[in-house]
This record gives sequence, structure tokens and C-alpha cells, in this order.
Amino acid sequence: MTLRIANAAGFLGDSIDAPLRMVEAARVDYLTLEYLAELTLSIMAAQRTHDPLAGYARDFIDVLESLLPPLKAQPQWKLVTNAGGLHPRGCAVAAGRILSKAGLGDVPIGVVRGDDLLDQIDALQQSGCELAHLDTGKPLSSLAAHVTSANAYLGAAPIVEALAKGARIVLTGRVADASLTVGPAVHEFGWAWDEWQRLAAASVAGHVIECGAQATGGYSTDWRTHRLRDIGYPIAELEADGATIITKPRGTGGAVNRRTVVEQLVYEIGDPAHYLTPDVDVDFTTVEVAELADDRVAIRGAAGRPAPPDYKVSLSYADGFSASGQLLVYGRDCTVKAQAAAEIVFQRLMSAGYEFAQRNIELLGAGDGIPGLTAAPADLREVMLRITVRDPRREAVERFAKELAPLITSGPAGLAGYAQGRPTIRPVYSYWPTLVPKHLVEPYVELYTATQWASQTA
Amino acid sequence: MPQSITLGQLAHARSGDKGNHANIGVVAYDRAGFDRLAAELTAQRVAEFFALLVPSRVERFELPKLWALNFVLYDVLAGGASQSLRIDTQGKLLGTAILEMELEGS
Repeated sequence: MTLRIANAAGFLGDSIDAPLRMVEAARVDYLTLEYLAELTLSIMAAQRTHDPLAGYARDFIDVLESLLPPLKAQPQWKLVTNAGGLHPRGCAVAAGRILSKAGLGDVPIGVVRGDDLLDQIDALQQSGCELAHLDTGKPLSSLAAHVTSANAYLGAAPIVEALAKGARIVLTGRVADASLTVGPAVHEFGWAWDEWQRLAAASVAGHVIECGAQATGGYSTDWRTHRLRDIGYPIAELEADGATIITKPRGTGGAVNRRTVVEQLVYEIGDPAHYLTPDVDVDFTTVEVAELADDRVAIRGAAGRPAPPDYKVSLSYADGFSASGQLLVYGRDCTVKAQAAAEIVFQRLMSAGYEFAQRNIELLGAGDGIPGLTAAPADLREVMLRITVRDPRREAVERFAKELAPLITSGPAGLAGYAQGRPTIRPVYSYWPTLVPKHLVEPYVELYTATQWASQTA
Repeated sequence: MPQSITLGQLAHARSGDKGNHANIGVVAYDRAGFDRLAAELTAQRVAEFFALLVPSRVERFELPKLWALNFVLYDVLAGGASQSLRIDTQGKLLGTAILEMELEGS
């Protein structure tokens, strides 16, 4: 048996058409949708302070609506997603309503819970868990700021449990991205939790497809050779022994070849000999890839070692506010003029009594994309001035946001781009990565039909 | 007289972030290219190339079966996705940038 696991979302903000296009263009057993980057949960925490029903990936609800016809017409495929974010129950209620209205009220939705540790932080610290910062080693108690979210990266086990209970749709909060693929594989093949090589193989497959089109020619160095406008999202074909082929739906744009797959294999990894997930410690250095045919690449050889004893946990805390504004500056003296315009803004702000904890002036087009790496060309005629500030005081950042527009009439000639309006004030959330021993975290599954979820209060 | 070439003639690359650290995966187009990069593209070379980003250290890992080198550049993202005031908060551009590095020709 070949298990076909597709991924059609690589982050919150990815194409909302891709999931439907995937199930229309290819026969898949599982559709996975990945929505949670490192900081997405902290943004959801902010949304939830304004709206107690918020805190999950709203895009997913639109996507689910688009998927109603294929959910009805093709009863074989299942959906596994971390769209639940900070509020998987709320996500399940919203999903349940849409499904039951469409006559799919019998669909069982499993919700994976237990990743949210926010209410347990004090208890964890009292039980001797310091929640030390992974990079600095400082204990969480040294942090004065208020923690706004704390979520463990759960593994595949609760996803397997939800599937075993009969879920057709599995909604999770924070789980390791690769576990969205490992879960279905373990469920279908009945692997044991110490079959490290197989768990490693599925984790590599999950890592390759987790960022969606980045495995199929998206964000590729060779972008010119790929047709990106209708890029196909990736499918991992897994065998019971872990053998994997990466492919994409026929007739779609993009490409699956050695280059596109390896670029994604090395994306956002540290020590490749120890790619750590809650399920297994994967060795990427033993992995080999081989092009089998057009858009079919085999991956084999991943070695696996026992899973780490801890869950990685990401905490976030409110850390001030920032805002950023841009203006196009034109003319032979554009770089000098842009710098002068920025200085005028900050001099006026200082006169009004405002200095900022951090500020940054960038001349985009003049080499500041990576500061200092390339010099500005001598004959530059236009440059994008980007000014960014950050400060603990919201009102200071709001005051900054009001100081760009006055340049229209009181700055140098040759500035444009005011139609954007004032810069938006953005709360800043900082990130505190840490570890928690697995025995202190208890993942669990809640499973109800869509109709039952729809009648619950989130 | 050896002609100098750019890294991009031998390899492709992709970069990303982990907190305040960035990683750059550099993948040679063939085995010979990998052997050459393994010899020439040291962690120190990469640290010097991105010196203005002030990495606290640069670590290199080898994946010879994939013809790839992985570089981890520590503390180069001015606070990373959450805190950085730069336009490229996540180091997405570093992979494209490193391909401009000049190597001694052969």
C-alpha cells in the first residue's frame, strides 16, 4: 500500500486556493495544512485578547468551505491540520457549523489538546522546571514581562489517537510540523513508537512538504525554469518501510527534482545529524535523493535515533510596539535626501519629546536589504526610504506614525508614496524557546461529530 | 591566470530563521562542486562574507550525500522575526546573497 500525504498550506497566509486545487488534481489519502510559524501563536494570543472566539487560523475556515464539494464527493481522504492554533476548540466549533450546514454533520472531528501550557507555567516552575531559555540558559523567572502564550510542540501520538478514534478531520494546536505527516503514517502502517528508522523517514517526508510549494520549485534559486503561476503543492508517497517519493499533481506548474527537494531539506535546520522532533531524532546526513522520473524524487536512508526526552516549548511575551513607514525618494541626490528626510522626522519627534528605544533607517535599493553587503550604485535615481521604530510605549510609536505625512509639504521635493496612509502600530511579541520534560505534558483528544461540535460553545 | 567565479556558478541556496539565528543551506550542482566547496567554503569564509551582520559565531555542517553544506549564523537577525526592525526580519535574503561570493577560479 502506498500512502499519499499532500500538503497544501505552508504558513498562515499561504494560498487559500491551493487545498482545493490539490484534491481536485490528485488522489490523496491525507491532506495536511500547516499554519503555525514560530510566532503565529503570539499573534493569535493578541487576537484573542480582543475576541475570545478568535485565536485559530481563520483562513482555514474559508479553505474548509472551499473543500466541501470534494469532502462530499471523495469520502476516502482525511484532513490533518494545526489550524487550531491557540484555540482548537473554537476552530472545531466553526468547522462543525460549516460542515453541518452543508450536510456533513456526521463527519467526526478530532481535536488535539494539551499543548497549551499557559495556565501551567507557575505550577511547572514550582515543580522545579526552570523553563530556561534555550540559547541564554536564563530561567523564566528572570523575565519580568507577562507571558502571553506557552505551547509545547506535541508529536504525532495524539494525531494517531484521533485517527484511531475515527476522526476524518484532525485539528491540532501546536505540534511539530513533521508530525502532521508522521501521524497519518503511523496510523496507516501501524508502526511502533520505537521504529526509529521509519519514524525518521516519515519525518523527513514531513519536513520536505511542510512548507508547501517550497518543495516544488517555489522560492527556488532556479525560479526562471519553473512555471510558478499555477505551481503544484507537494505530495509525499510513503511505503510501509518508510520509502518515500516526493511528487506533485500532474499538469501543475513548478517542479520536483533533486534541486527543489534538497533546497527544502536544508531549509531551517541546525545540526543535520540531529533534526529533533518529539517523535524521533533524525539524521539527515545519511539521507539520499534520486530523481526517478519527471517530478518524482525518491528520498531514502534517513537514520533515526530515540526521541528526545523533552518537548520543545515556545513561550511568547509582549515586548513593546513597532511601526514602519516607507516613502519613495527620487532624484540624483536620492540617498542623501532620504537620509535627510529621516533625520528631519526624528528631529521633529525629539522636539515633541519623543526618543525611541530602537530605530532603523533603511535605503532600499541602495544596498540596505542586507545591511552593508553591497554598495549603492553611483547613478542611483530613486530609493525607497523605510523608517522603523520600536518602543515600550504605544503612544510614542503612535506619535511616530503621525510624523511621516507632514513631509508632503514640509520635507524635500521628490518624495512620494503617502497614499499608503499612516503606518500601522504593531505589538511586538518576543520569543522564549525552552524545554519541558514530556511527562509533565498530557496531550489528549476530544472527538465529536461536526454537528456536536457546532452545538458547543467555543 | 585563474579567473574568479561566483559561488552561484557552483551551487544554489536557501536560507531561513530560527529565532535570532539564520541558516543557509548551500547545495552544489554536482559532486565535484561539492568537493570544491567543502574545501573552500569554510565557516570562516562565510563569517567574513557576512561580517557586517556581526555573527557571534558561524557553524558549518556537511551533508555530502546531498552535496550540501549547512551554515548556521548565530545572532545575525537583529532580534529575529519578532523584534528585528529590518525589512528582512527572517534572513530570507541571505541564501541569494551568498551566491554572489567570489571564489578563486580554476
